[in-house]
Amino acid sequence: MTVDQAAFLHVDHIGKRFGERQILSQVDITIERGEFVAIVGRSGCGKSTLLRLIAGLEQPTSGQISIDRDTKASSAAGAEGRRSTRFLFQESRLLPWKSVLDNVRLGIPDKNRHTAREALAQVGLADREKEWPGILSGGQKQRVALARALASRPDLLLLDEPLGALDALTRIEMQQLIERLWIEQELTIVLVTHDVSEAVALADRVLLIEEGHIALDMRITLDRPRERDSGFAHFENQILGRLLQRDNRQPLPMVRQPNFSI
Amino acid sequence: MSSKSIAPPIQDQAALHTAGEHVVNRESGTSIASTRKRYSADDNAFLRSPWLNRLLPFGLPLLLLIGWQLLTANGWIAGNILPTPVEVFRALIRLLGTGELVENIAVSTSRALSGFAIGGGLGFLLGVVNGISQLWEKISDSSIQMIRNIPHLSLIPLVIVWFGIGEEAKLFLVSLGVFFPVYLNTFHGIRSVDRGLVEMGKVYGLSRLALYIHIILPGALPSILVGIRYALGIMWLTLIVAETVAADAGIGYMAMNAREFMQMDVIVLSILLYALLGKLSDSMAKLLEKRWLRWNPVLSRK
Repeated sequence: MTVDQAAFLHVDHIGKRFGERQILSQVDITIERGEFVAIVGRSGCGKSTLLRLIAGLEQPTSGQISIDRDTKASSAAGAEGRRSTRFLFQESRLLPWKSVLDNVRLGIPDKNRHTAREALAQVGLADREKEWPGILSGGQKQRVALARALASRPDLLLLDEPLGALDALTRIEMQQLIERLWIEQELTIVLVTHDVSEAVALADRVLLIEEGHIALDMRITLDRPRERDSGFAHFENQILGRLLQRDNRQPLPMVRQPNFSI
Repeated sequence: MSSKSIAPPIQDQAALHTAGEHVVNRESGTSIASTRKRYSADDNAFLRSPWLNRLLPFGLPLLLLIGWQLLTANGWIAGNILPTPVEVFRALIRLLGTGELVENIAVSTSRALSGFAIGGGLGFLLGVVNGISQLWEKISDSSIQMIRNIPHLSLIPLVIVWFGIGEEAKLFLVSLGVFFPVYLNTFHGIRSVDRGLVEMGKVYGLSRLALYIHIILPGALPSILVGIRYALGIMWLTLIVAETVAADAGIGYMAMNAREFMQMDVIVLSILLYALLGKLSDSMAKLLEKRWLRWNPVLSRK
């Protein structure tokens, strides 16, 4: 992959080890402004660690990460200047002692109520602003968390399996919502997921991480909005096939053997 | 006592309560479900009427009062052992008239509250500091745990030598007694704040101060309030003992003074006053809990 002018997020030879365990080694990724990138992999492959490194929640053992903030865009973002990175966790992580509106305001540097209301309206929860998060459903909580993440109009949104705990229907709704907001707000999104079909449904590019390396970097060339047709299945099968490849190389153990003879 | 052993029962009670209501509100289902429903509906018949619900807590005290009047007025219990409720009530009116009662209550209350403010304030501060800083915890926690295991009332002889029977003695004892539950629960509360929420605050660019104000302290508040409720009980207990041992004003002094003249009615009145004051401060703490923990789905009942 070549580093071009539009490179926005640059992950350069990143390595991360926890004690003896090497989680990531020599990972290079270049993401362009406005791109939607999904990172898939088995659990424990280091995909979440990579996202936390990009967010600055962990420090890399080697290598570096640079994010190129466009100075023109930041002056347009308001008096607060610099647009920022926002992180959506697997759990909503709303503060239970703050109302829905105040939770969203937490994400806004100047705590503007009007901005927070707009963000809530975007996720379709404008009428719930006075409620406590405790009485919302899982999907609604995650939508509030999304509003909180987007309220400050960030330029980079990092999603760490945010839909993993939701039921299938809510999950599809949330995927559509994220796709719509991504188009409207000119975001750059990095989504970590274990669900290959979710990755194919949303992303421009799917990266597969295996044993701490990027094992696959595939561009999804389907038109949006995406239908789950044969083209979709083609990409899904290709990625799944690559994911499961490692197992197929090993012969299946013989479980049943005939213990009789004629 | 450690906070761990205090906190769960209160939450469990609330949970039980809501669970009970849930069963009552449910529409009838299968035969097993409906028998279960009828059962709990019978159990909670009193709780469903708002009037009975409000009066129910007074039923048992009223019954005791009637029993007491019957036993003492008929002479089954001699007057010099236990006065009748009516006599106690007359003593109340008499002492209210002379202004003696109001003054003694004021003295006791101000002792209790200033001791609570000093001990509770120190306990809270130290709990916060130790909750935040591992270093301070290492330095001070084991000393605090050692002192905590000394019954603070056993210091009374020492305290009398140090302070005489003046105000300082009572203030010292109450502060000491109140300090530990507030300290322990604040410390425990801060340590058990959800790390995920703190991490979220950091990612969302909250300053250190904002992190404490918006996330850590509210997160520790349920535990801190349990500590305060427990401390309020210890506050009155300590004061009663301290005032009874040595004092020149206050409710305890009033009771000891009445003993000199065998005024049984005044002695019993003093004891009842302590019960009322204790109940009052507990209700106040409960009110705080209700106001400050409205967000908690376990505690807020609609």
